[in-house]
Amino acid sequence: MLTLTCPYCGIAACETELTPGGEAHLTRFGPGSSDDDFEAYLFLRPNVRGVHFERWRHAMGCGKWFLAARDTATLEVFGTYPAQTTEPPEDIVAAIKAKRPDWEGRP
Amino acid sequence: MSTRLADGGRLIDRSRKVEFTFNGKRFSGHPGDTLASALMANGQRIVGRSFKYHRPRGIVASGAEEPNALVNLGQGARHEPNQRATTTELFDGLTATSQNHWPSLEWDIGEANAAIARFLPAGFYYKTFIHPRAFWKHVFEPFIRQSAGLGKAPDPKHTDPDRYEQFYVHVDVVVAGGGIAGLQAALEAGRAGAKVLLCEQTAHWGGRAPVDGVEIDGRPAEDWIADAVVELEAMENVHLRPRTMVAGVYDHGYVLAYERVSDHAPQDGVPRHRLWRIRTGQVISAIGAIERPLSFAGNDKPGVMLASAVRDYLVEYGVSPGDRTVVVTNNDDAYRTAIAIRRAGLDVPCIVDARPEANGPLPQEARALGIPVKTGTAIAGVKGIRGVVAVQLCKQAGEGAVTEDVICEAVAMSGGWSPAVHLWSHCGGKLTWDEAGAFFRPDPERPPTNQSGEGFVVCAGASDGALHAGEVMENASTAVGKALAAVGKETKGNPPAATAPDEAPLAPVWVMPQGAGIKKRAKMWLDFQNDVKVSDVQLAAREGYESVEHTKRYTTLGMATDQGKLSNINGLAILADTLNAPIPQVGTTTFRPPFTPISMGAIAGEARGEVFQPLRRTALHARHEEAGAEWEPVGQWRRPYCFPKPGEARRDAVNREITATRSSVGLLDASTLGKILVKGPDAGRFMDMLYTNMMSTLKPGRCRYGLMCSENGFLMDDGVVARLDEDTFLCHTTTGGADRIHAHMEDWLQCEWWDWKVYTANVTEQWAQIAVVGPKARDVLASLGGDIDLSQEALPFMAWAEGKLGRFDARVFRISFSGELSFEVAVPASQGLAFWDALMAAGQGHGITPYGTEALHVMRAEKGFIMIGDETDGTVIPQDLGLHWAISKKKDDYLGKRAQERSHMTDPERWQLVGLETLDGSVLPDGAYAVAEGENANGQRNTQGRVTSTYFSPTLGKGIAMGLVLHGPERMGEVLEFARTARDPEGNLRTVEARIVSPVFFDPEGEKQNV
Repeated sequence: MLTLTCPYCGIAACETELTPGGEAHLTRFGPGSSDDDFEAYLFLRPNVRGVHFERWRHAMGCGKWFLAARDTATLEVFGTYPAQTTEPPEDIVAAIKAKRPDWEGRP
Repeated sequence: MSTRLADGGRLIDRSRKVEFTFNGKRFSGHPGDTLASALMANGQRIVGRSFKYHRPRGIVASGAEEPNALVNLGQGARHEPNQRATTTELFDGLTATSQNHWPSLEWDIGEANAAIARFLPAGFYYKTFIHPRAFWKHVFEPFIRQSAGLGKAPDPKHTDPDRYEQFYVHVDVVVAGGGIAGLQAALEAGRAGAKVLLCEQTAHWGGRAPVDGVEIDGRPAEDWIADAVVELEAMENVHLRPRTMVAGVYDHGYVLAYERVSDHAPQDGVPRHRLWRIRTGQVISAIGAIERPLSFAGNDKPGVMLASAVRDYLVEYGVSPGDRTVVVTNNDDAYRTAIAIRRAGLDVPCIVDARPEANGPLPQEARALGIPVKTGTAIAGVKGIRGVVAVQLCKQAGEGAVTEDVICEAVAMSGGWSPAVHLWSHCGGKLTWDEAGAFFRPDPERPPTNQSGEGFVVCAGASDGALHAGEVMENASTAVGKALAAVGKETKGNPPAATAPDEAPLAPVWVMPQGAGIKKRAKMWLDFQNDVKVSDVQLAAREGYESVEHTKRYTTLGMATDQGKLSNINGLAILADTLNAPIPQVGTTTFRPPFTPISMGAIAGEARGEVFQPLRRTALHARHEEAGAEWEPVGQWRRPYCFPKPGEARRDAVNREITATRSSVGLLDASTLGKILVKGPDAGRFMDMLYTNMMSTLKPGRCRYGLMCSENGFLMDDGVVARLDEDTFLCHTTTGGADRIHAHMEDWLQCEWWDWKVYTANVTEQWAQIAVVGPKARDVLASLGGDIDLSQEALPFMAWAEGKLGRFDARVFRISFSGELSFEVAVPASQGLAFWDALMAAGQGHGITPYGTEALHVMRAEKGFIMIGDETDGTVIPQDLGLHWAISKKKDDYLGKRAQERSHMTDPERWQLVGLETLDGSVLPDGAYAVAEGENANGQRNTQGRVTSTYFSPTLGKGIAMGLVLHGPERMGEVLEFARTARDPEGNLRTVEARIVSPVFFDPEGEKQNV
């Protein structure tokens, strides 16, 4: 039962308040994109064991989508941040590197 | 024969009696007894039968680890199987029956299994019931099902009459276990100002210390415990819960505790169980240790008990297991039992100690009491069929040649203690092997970690491996110091000194005697409940089951309701020995919650019956109820399925509602349809992305039907969009789709197009919406008066208007899901009921008829309108449904457009929507497949289509259906064969013939709705 702190309302929300939304920071490919790009966008996920960026919605709370950096093996949470970002903010990256010096960045 | 002694028993109140029955026999005990102690006091030695061999079994333990004394408790609706007698507090009127026996507990037919035990080895089922294949279903499985299982499931005709509830709490520290370690931890945490929840699974504080004669600060442990409880109860930041077991530790400090609120004193109005759902900063596991049995031949016979349990029954309940008790051990602790027995005035013929010598303070005390101590000795066998009558001794170092017989009624065995590491391990805490104590203990370097990556469980006292009373307090103080530091508090420490006689190290003894042959090993029980013996684990190892997890499943070791509390370490020591590997290399099986079984009622809590889930009612719900509506659940809503008149069949009611609507006027409560506002300067742009068709060109005052697809192209919802003004759209969704579609919109707005100036609001419940449908609809509405011009010229099909209808504030939408002249009128929810009444009054002269969801479905099918969830199932795209007209060719992009260009989506072989008409007028079975020539790889007929909707149409007087068919639209007039689910008596497929037709069965030109 995870707890993630919603960056909008500041509440340490229990998993029952949240709905998951899969991997974060995907680039949308629409009409005109190649079959490979579209397939990768829609279906292909690295499914990492370790540091993972993911989407969550505070569905039973303020209703906002936010992003979290979390270790999928230990469930450690490195930080949460607003959904309106195209890549992980610097402070989140720093927090991850402090805990996981060997981390090589997003696949 | 076990009996109640003349005095002793610190937990029982001898001044009063409590009556209970066991297998119909009337017994009595005292308040404070457990069912187990009371059964022993009444001389009831056999309490159950084992699972596989139906061997007679007696009580082994005195606590939650009991494997044998499982009983059925209660009767009728309150019947509950597999309750442990050792943890069941006695109350007046308790009824218990034993399990797993036939015809009686004393004489059991299945006992014959024991005689053929060598034909029922580990993996017996896997090996035996493989061939011939067909035998499994018809011979083996019915037989096994009949003889398998512990206890009887409650009668499904009864519903549980008891109440259960759940509590939510947030604390700094949960202390699991109210022994002296737990009490000390709670004291220090409480004094440090932390918010503490202290849970103890029994009704008593202090754990084993009073029984074991521990002294704390020079006083009897009992006195210190009483003071500690007084101090804790006075602290506002500490909460004490007896009868509450910490059942599981989960991610990020989530903890479940299970409180047995009134099991010990059943009464109405009080919940039976309570599930505590806890978020905590730290967990202190002070849940003690569990004594291990010794593996000697016949160790499962009634009368063979754990040494600590014998001591408990003597000291706590004043019950002896027999006049003569042989103690068999590999450690000093069991000498306490011998001493306690002798002090109670009973006989210990000898202490059988497998170690070469025993000279610690406890053995010396035993010798001083005149108890013979036989070192280097083992038990070779146990005599007696329905209980111990004697034990045979032999040399531990040898193969089991009997040196002497010792007459006795009971055997108290101790193979040492294993720390209860369950709570440490539930969430990933790792263990380390303690060579000296021969047990696994928590590895403090590898704790379970929380969201910050920090450890959040610490073990205190025996749970941490501090088995000797002298170590417990210091250990607990260190543990609580760690836990408090993690939650930003500090302890002053300074724990009291607990003292007890020193103990010499134990000698690991996994088989007794060490050279025992196969005959003996086949009588040494590891898992009493599942009948797993030393020989079974050895056989599994020989057959290649080297992983402890595989061995567990192959032999069923530790898979019973006690989850291997007694058998775990002994079993894996045997496995390690057979594999010739060190024990830590073999490892343990995974500890999973709950610690002991918890009731399904507690898990459900109050969420049952009418409050199983929130019920959504429309503003008109009360009227429908008065009209005798038959309800249909749609999501969390309840919608009227139809409104049968007294004595009217459902189908007749539906047909009457359709006919009345098509010929005059009907009323539908459409309030549940989703209503989502999309507003802002970029609303049109956003709508064009959401819907497949062009929405931005819709004029204010007009409506348009639209389709919504997911990003991978599949149709997910449909509905009519009304443009309220330049910036505002009102999206109608399906009843079940409102929340999902609103979330879908927010997802895209917040996560992809966050710079677009658009807001959404789900206003579904703000409005009561009523569809007034049928040729007389306009007459009825017009008779209400008001300022809205309802004429075809002013308010044509697919237009909407706002104003007054009579005294009601109304939005009137000229939209139709029935093909009739139809006005959907939305009024504020608060006016809904009055508006419905006004319509019913206004329509009286026209025979106005409320209709339900079934009539709605039939009428939409007569018109060939699709229904989300019928024609769609998450694999259907709009193009499959002939909805090309609702897919914009002009737009560069919409959600799902790119996916619909993928090769599989444009495949001409995709099944397409058509209408279906049976040749004989019957109604096609729902979901039926159209069969094609040939068979697939599984010997099933090939298919070429399936039915998606099927109804009897009263309008047309025959069955109508829609379906998806290969090349369907090009095959008009062709006749297909559809499979019926029921086969004919010879097992052949039965089919019904249907012709492919247009899906629009009624008024294809739309003349009726456009008037």
